Amino acid sequence: MSPNPQPPAVEVSGLVKRYGSKTAVDGLDLVQERGTVLALLGPNGAGKTSTVEICEGFRRFDAGSVRVLGMKPGATELRPRIGVMPQGGGGYPGVRAAEMLNLVATCAANPLDPAWLLEVLGLEGVLRTPYKRLSGGQQQRLSLACALIGRPELVFLDEPTAGMDPQARRLVWELISALRGDGVTVLLTTHLMDEAEALADHVVIMDRGRVVASGSPVELTSHGSDDQQLRFRARGGLDTSLLSAALPEGLRVREASRGTYLVEGHIDPQVVSTVTSWCAQQGVLAEELQVAKRSLEDVFLELTGRELRS
Amino acid sequence: MNFAPGTFTPAPGRGKLGRMLLVHARTEAALTLRNGEQILLTLIIPLALLIALALMSVIPMPEPRVGSATARIFALAIISSAFTGQAIALGFDRRYGVLKRLAATSLPRWLLVVGRVSGALAVVVVQLLVLGVTAALLGWTFPLAGLGWLVLVTILGTLSFGALGVLLGGSLKAEIVLALANILWFVLLMVGGVALSVPVGFVHLLPSAALAEAMESAIVHGSAPGIGPVLVLLVWGLAAGTLATRTTKLT
Repeated sequence: MSPNPQPPAVEVSGLVKRYGSKTAVDGLDLVQERGTVLALLGPNGAGKTSTVEICEGFRRFDAGSVRVLGMKPGATELRPRIGVMPQGGGGYPGVRAAEMLNLVATCAANPLDPAWLLEVLGLEGVLRTPYKRLSGGQQQRLSLACALIGRPELVFLDEPTAGMDPQARRLVWELISALRGDGVTVLLTTHLMDEAEALADHVVIMDRGRVVASGSPVELTSHGSDDQQLRFRARGGLDTSLLSAALPEGLRVREASRGTYLVEGHIDPQVVSTVTSWCAQQGVLAEELQVAKRSLEDVFLELTGRELRS
Repeated sequence: MNFAPGTFTPAPGRGKLGRMLLVHARTEAALTLRNGEQILLTLIIPLALLIALALMSVIPMPEPRVGSATARIFALAIISSAFTGQAIALGFDRRYGVLKRLAATSLPRWLLVVGRVSGALAVVVVQLLVLGVTAALLGWTFPLAGLGWLVLVTILGTLSFGALGVLLGGSLKAEIVLALANILWFVLLMVGGVALSVPVGFVHLLPSAALAEAMESAIVHGSAPGIGPVLVLLVWGLAAGTLATRTTKLT
């Protein structure tokens, strides 16, 4: 333990943000340690962007406290130390891609080489193209370049891969991994489960302005012993009471839909064997038998509901 | 793609202020001078009007005719770029998220404003040079005694109309800004004391008339502008600037 520990990268407690009568962020607590990647995950309107923009110093808030690298958001000494990729990018409509990145690079003491970064991001073919004529994905990549050019300690990426094709998305994932490897702290928002699962050390699931779950992707998907399931298909309407009796305490059996059976609980090789023996006794073949961990998507849908939000 | 370890190792810090100001102002000026519609508004139309006013006697104008026309067109040029051009650019810059983008860099807030103003002043210098050379070819002689006053009136006019432009462009939707800024430009030109001296009292309280009158003192008579026009420009500029700091939004 260091006697004088550095403050966390981001420290939010009891944050409240209202727009008129609507509460966008409702008592949010969040701590991000330095050098980690944190993903704020949530459906549209969960309050992700409001939270990030408050940390960036773009929005005032109504209650709570926010510290970024130990300082007040938006503080003059703080701004050179953070990199920001706002949702939907940002550039003068007529500015050329290279010109925009050079302008942002001028604002930094030790910038990365703009020409190199543009090439890494696959923008070398549009250096002289005006911003408004870039595709959505190109604008996003330029915006990411602007966030990284100043070699910041902490970057905020608001939906960094929105509007990108799969190749560009993969590249951004590699970039974020490289940032993390070099000790840069990354706070990103996304509503893509695989993105959060692949990149984040810590996932915070938000809904209606509150944190509904948080932890590493592994913790979230294997929380407790009830998170696994064994699924198989067989003839519909089998009597499962004998199987229930044969299985250890705590496992539940049900016919989820006609012909699809689920065994939920702690699944071990013995359980699989019991299930297949029972099928043999019933004279049925267990088809499509699989043991699955819950995905982050299952956790997410469980916590935030399956119905479509308007 | 593989990145060598250490490629992104943090090394934060703010760039040099002078260089940030220079690059920001240069970018702003270049964007204006590259934009066809802006060139039409800030150069082509004033140039055409200068030639028309100087050569055709349809519009009554005090003698020396070319000098009076030049003063009015200098005023119009400043209104075109500092007010109309600035308002429209700001409206669309907000739409495209550039203010947020720049506010997220280490550019200090004051530098964002000074950079924009310096960019606008650079454009005004280009306009006045082109218009001044044209006026000279049409027979205008500039009283050198007025050079200092010309510089002062140009800066004051650019700042006042710039503040009005920011007030208009900083809060409304881009399309509404576009429409209003062009309509106001036309109204000020026709009845705001720019193209014509309007003998109605309240017109002298408009910043457009004040700028045209101050410009006339400086470049026709080579003398200091009256205290009246200067006060009018100051009051409009300060009022607009104060209001704009409260109403201007990043997006």
